[in-house]
Parts: sequence; C-alpha cells; structure tokens
Amino acid sequence: MIVEAGHFALVLALVLALAQGTFPLIGAATGRSDFMAVGRHAALGQFTLIAISFAALTYAYVTSDFSVANVVQNSHTAKPLLYKITGVWANHEGSMLLWILILGAFGAMVAFFGANLPASLRARVLAVQGLIGFGFILFILFTSNPFDRIWPPPPDGRGLNPLLQDPGLAFHPPFLYFGYVGFSVAFAFAVAALIEGRVDPAWARWVRPWTLAAWCSLTLGIALGSWWAYYELGWGGFWFWDPVENASFLPWLSGTALLHSAIVVEKRDALKSWTVLLAVLTFSLSLMGTFLVRSGVLTSVHAFATDPARGVFILALLVIASGGSLLLYAVRAPSMQGGGLFAPISREGSLVLNNLLLATATATVFLGTLYPLFLDVLDAGKVSVGPPFFNMTFVPLMVPVIVAMGIGPMLAWKRGDLPGVLSRLWLALALAAAIGIGTLIAMGVQSVLAALAMALAGWLMASVLVEWAERVKLFRAPLQESWRRARHIPRSSYGMSVAHAGLAVIVAGITASSAWQTEVIRQMRAGDTVEVAGYSMQFEGVREQRGPNYISRQGEFLVTRNGSVVTTLTPERRAYPIEGDTTTEAAIHTTWLADLYAVIGDGNAEAGWSVRLYHNPLVPWIWVGAVIMVLGGLVSLSDRRHRVGVPERRRARPGPAMPAPAE
Amino acid sequence: MVRRLAYLLPFLLLVIVAGYFLFGLERDPGELPSALLGKPVPAFDLPALTGATASEDGMNTDDLTSGRDVKLVNFFASWCVPCRAEHPLITRLAGMDGVRMFGINYKDAPEDATGWLQRLGDPYERIGADRTGRAGIEWGIYGVPETFVVDADGIVRMRHAGPLTPEIVERELLPLIEELQR
Repeated sequence: MIVEAGHFALVLALVLALAQGTFPLIGAATGRSDFMAVGRHAALGQFTLIAISFAALTYAYVTSDFSVANVVQNSHTAKPLLYKITGVWANHEGSMLLWILILGAFGAMVAFFGANLPASLRARVLAVQGLIGFGFILFILFTSNPFDRIWPPPPDGRGLNPLLQDPGLAFHPPFLYFGYVGFSVAFAFAVAALIEGRVDPAWARWVRPWTLAAWCSLTLGIALGSWWAYYELGWGGFWFWDPVENASFLPWLSGTALLHSAIVVEKRDALKSWTVLLAVLTFSLSLMGTFLVRSGVLTSVHAFATDPARGVFILALLVIASGGSLLLYAVRAPSMQGGGLFAPISREGSLVLNNLLLATATATVFLGTLYPLFLDVLDAGKVSVGPPFFNMTFVPLMVPVIVAMGIGPMLAWKRGDLPGVLSRLWLALALAAAIGIGTLIAMGVQSVLAALAMALAGWLMASVLVEWAERVKLFRAPLQESWRRARHIPRSSYGMSVAHAGLAVIVAGITASSAWQTEVIRQMRAGDTVEVAGYSMQFEGVREQRGPNYISRQGEFLVTRNGSVVTTLTPERRAYPIEGDTTTEAAIHTTWLADLYAVIGDGNAEAGWSVRLYHNPLVPWIWVGAVIMVLGGLVSLSDRRHRVGVPERRRARPGPAMPAPAE
Repeated sequence: MVRRLAYLLPFLLLVIVAGYFLFGLERDPGELPSALLGKPVPAFDLPALTGATASEDGMNTDDLTSGRDVKLVNFFASWCVPCRAEHPLITRLAGMDGVRMFGINYKDAPEDATGWLQRLGDPYERIGADRTGRAGIEWGIYGVPETFVVDADGIVRMRHAGPLTPEIVERELLPLIEELQR
C-alpha cells in the first residue's frame, strides 16, 4: 500500500513538474503574474511529492518488502540497517529517484530563497527546472520504475554488492548527485538569461552561490569516491582515470571554470556569453555522466546494469536539454556584448587564462574518455586509453594553472603590474625553490619531476599566504591595523585563499604518494617481522571473525618504531556468503604525514599468508586538501553579498569604464 | 555572419557527439567480432609470471590445444579496475568441472600482478606474462579484461571484451560451455 502511494506520488509529481515547466514560461512571456506564481507553488509541491515517493521506497527497503522487485534485487534481511537505507540508491532505479529528489530540492530552494529575483527571471528559472524534472520523472516511470511488484515474493533478497557495503561509498552518490544536479540551477539561470537576452553582473551574482554549492558537493563526492577506492580496492591507488570517474571529473573541471568566469561577469561585466556557455556545458556534462554510467556505451566497473531503452531515453533528454539550450545560445549569444576589452595582464586576464586552461583540460579528459567509443563507432578499431594518456596530457596542463594561481589573485583588475607582483612574491618564489631543492637533496636526483611538483605546491601555498599578508599589510602596518583589515576582507576572498591552499595540499599529497610509495609484498607466517619505511611490522597471525552478513579473516600486525609500539593493524578479508563475493578491507594507520597500509590475501598457517604492506607518504593530504577546498567554498558561500544586499538590477549600464567595486 | 556561425559551433559539436552516442548504444562494448572465432588459437609462447603460485612455467599454444576440456583464456592486469570486479566470477568459473582457466597477464609489472593474485586469490591453472602486449596483438584484444572460450580442439568459440557479469555468464558463457562439453 505504501509502495503504491509512493508510485502515485511520483505520478502526481510528474503532473506538477509539467505545470512548473509551462505556466511560468507563458506567464513570463505574457506578463501574467498569476501564471508566473504557479512556478513557486509547483516547485514546492513537486519536491514534497518526490520526497513522499522516496520515503515510500526507503520504507520498502527498511522493512525488507520482497514483493518489490527492486528490493529483491538489491537487499537482504541480513544486511545492516545502514546499508538497507543506502541500498535505496545503490542501484539504477533508486539512484534515479534520488537524482530527481535532489533536483526537486534545488527547485524548492530556488522557490524559497529566490524572493529577491526579478519575477520573470525566477519564473523562467523554475520553469527550466520543472522541464528537466518532467523529463527525468518520465524516464523513471517508463523505463526504471522502482515500485514494480513481483509475484510471488521470494523468501529473501539477492543482497547488495559487498564492495558497495561501505560507509564511504554509501554517501558518495548523494554528494555526487547534489553536485551534478546543483549545476542544473546554473543551467536554468543560463537558459533563462538566454530567453531574456541579457546577462549582467547581478545575474552572475545570483548564479554564483548555486554553482558554488554544487561545486562544493561535487568536490566532496569525488573525494569520497577516491577515498573509497583507496581503502577498499586495496592496492594503495586513489584515482584510476576510469570512464565513470572521468564522467564526474568533467563537470567538476568545467564547473570550476564557471565559478571563475562568473567572477569576471560580476566584476567587469565581460565574458558573458562564455559564462553562459560554460553553465550550459557544465550541466550537459553532468547529464552526459548520467548517460555514460547507465547506457553501457563504455565498459567500466561502475556501470549499472545496461539497457538500450534507458540509454536512448537519457540520450534524448540530453539532446533536448543541451541541444535546445545550445541552439538558443547560437541565436541569442551574439548580441550579448561584453564590457569592453581588457588587458592580458590583469585579474580578469588571469581568470581568462584559468578558463582557457581548465577548458582545455576538460576537452582533454573528454577526448580521452570517449576516444575508444568514437573509434569503435567509426569501425576504426578498438583501443583503450589508460592512465598514461591522462598523466601525459592532463598533468602538464595543470602546471601553468598552478603557476598562474599564485600570481592571478595579486593582480589588480583592469591593469595589473606583473613585475611588481612578482617582486612582491619573492618570498613564495624563494620558498618554492627551497622546497624543490630540499626535495632533491632528500630524495635524490631521480625525483626531479616530483621535486618540481612539490615546489609548485609550495609556491601555491606560499603565494596564498603572501597575498593575504599583503592585503592586511602584515608587518608593514601596526598590528591593530592589520587585524582591522583582516576582519574586513570579504569572506569570498577568504574562501578563495582557503580553496587555493586546499589545492596546494592536494598537489603535495598526490605527488608524494605517487613518487615515494614504499611497497612490500611478502609471504608471512605468525611471528615474522618486516621493515617498511622505518617501521617494524610483526605479523601476529590470522583469526576468523563473524560480521553481520559476512565472515572475516583478520590478520594482525604489531607495528613498532625504534622499539616503541605505534599501533596494531588489522587488515581483513571478508567473505559474503549471500552474494558469493569477497572484499579486502585494508587496515590503515595514518600519522597525517603518511599512511601505513596493510592488506592481507590468501594463505594458511603453515605456508604463511600473502600480505601487502605500504608506506604512502602524504596520501591523507589528498583528502584533507579536498576538505579544505570544500571549506573554502563554504566560507565563500557564507559571504554576505551572496545573501543580503544583492544589488537591484541596474536599469542602464554605465559605460565600459565602469569602476570595479572596491575590494 | 561568420561570427554568428561561431556561436553555432557548440550545438554542432553536441550533435556530432550525440550521433556517436546513438550509434554507440547499438553496440554492446562486450560483444566484439573476433577474427579468431571458429579458428585455432593464435601461436604464442609466454614466460611465467615469476613467483605466481600455481603456474611456474608460463603458457603457450600447446596448453590450449591439448586435453579434452573446455578452456577459458582470461586477459587481466593488476591495474585494471574491471578485472578486480570480475575476479570472483573468474574464480567461480575456474572451479567448475571440465573447465580449465588460463590467464594472460597483460602489460603488467610481475610484482604487481603477483601481489594482486596473492591478495585476491589465484584462480588460474597457468599464467603467461605478456609484458609487451605482443600476445595481446596476436589475440586481437583491445583492452583488459577480455575472455575467450576455447574448445577441446583449440578452436576459439567465443570472445567477450570487458568484465564478465553474472548475466553474461548465465546467458551466454554457461550454455556455450555446456554445449561444448557434450
């Protein structure tokens, strides 16, 4: 009964989505405010209905209602409650329901927080959101209905892939979708702006917080996914350039470009049509990610069960949404005039450089991901593009990005003074050089590339600090004056500093863990000891343990350093009898400067157990850095300019020489 | 006018990409035509993966043309995520009666492959180490994992590119093995 109610709520949500997608558009075109007002109510109603529908499916999972086909395929009574709940979105149908739940939530938020938007803009934004929702609810109801019943109900379910029964992966999809779907708001704003035919600084100011929220969430989602791969797949790697990983990375890259170009629109009233294009492309890439994962056109470990009908449907949605908006773009964008030319050496110039490089990086990853498919369709042969391609193309593109990240924020708007900035960055330059040389001395000449990368990370971190010190006139003015200045720097500026510092931490983490990983593979019996990077690890043996729905073999290592006990590592190998699968659970001890990482494999007490021990320097920094980046985004999001005092739209734009707002 | 056309470029690119997707949808990336189907296995001779548990002497064409069992040849690598995903299935298939599982370790560092097998278990009767990818060319594979079914006479009967899934095993692989065993 509850399941049918959920199904019915979804059908009602479809009707409301259609209303939300049509009435406000007509209202905005004809100036009827009652039609425009439909959007707000429909958005709130649609969200409520989808939430009911989602709750109904969750209920079916929690109570293990095996008359629902979706529950049978993905759940089991012996599964812990947490994974019964996360099992709701660990499959195609349920994850699509989560997708539209988040879409509905964003629609409701626009309706709720959008009171300061001009009525016609809000109506159009909500209408675009409604149309996207309509398409996807239709998709669920016709091709992927999670509420389908099965008769007779089997006594128990088939269980969930044990690899997915993990806290890291359980919360990876919600964050990822929040990011993907969050970009739909930027997309909706872009389409609304194209319909209205104008983009101005106020528009950019409205778009930015939504983009920022989506970006933060996507960053966290990608970081969670890579963290999971690191500790669950058990070979110490954290990123594999898998097509599905790339599918989430692509919107992240173009979303990052969008965040930066929106600043130029806001401050300089330029780069308008480019920013609109980025907003459209970012969401299109999100949709493409959804398509790639679910259509089976690329092979990947992440791919859901494939069904050509679903693939065609999502492809149609992608073509209608992206194609429609890009056609609109072709018609309207030429008339969006920018606010005059600007000098290459300036803040906006550096942001353009950032955009060029990020767009190139996006194109590179895009090509690398889809090249096998393109060749296949042309019957030009089958190839696979592996990590070497991405390391050779993507990494060199990031070098100038990081160099410019140090300089850009110090340049003035309109006309920057590059020699002046460089001379003020001498400290950062010196520090970078010192780190590079120090690394070379400590690690040897063969680490020359890694030393360069560490120097880059140091450069970025130091230049972020120098930029802040310059702003508050640290040591050049009395301390009270510096304190006063520090408190008055806008939060968005702090947000930038924190996020950039986060990237510096990530770069250091990726470099060190890739370049200086120590790996020991041994056959060990109880009592054996090995040395790993200065740690002495004594193997104490293996014992069997019983989990809620698995049997585990747990090895134990006593880790000592210079005679004193550091920790005990207990790597596991879990066998899940229901799913007939085994997983490895790496044991990780982190000092925050390095991870000790232990994995246990096959073996027995007589012959010994095969074990794999790693020392991964700085690897925790990758995720710490990602969290710092997200914090930076949140700090920027809390900037008061994003909440109150959003300026009224200017009736007439002042001339191109409009002064930039004072910082 | 030219400037206006430039704004149409993103749309045209989308149309092209969508076209590729549409044609890509009709192709199951796992179902590949193989020039080898119905033909004897190609000639190859691969050294052992030093240190691998079950198979010390490498693997060559003779291993696949002798004996009366159905043989499965699985290309794998430790750096390949889908290989990790299909590993439990490979293990299960290797345990079946009248089926012999052979592995070709493709473009992999021997120590990585050895560690991978030790950790996950080694389902292969013999393993050939194809460090250069030469055997991969002979077999015409386009990536890892790929799995071939070879009958008792050493004739290639099926090729599957990409990770095996329970559906593919149930629907295609097991019926074929049953047929070949008769």
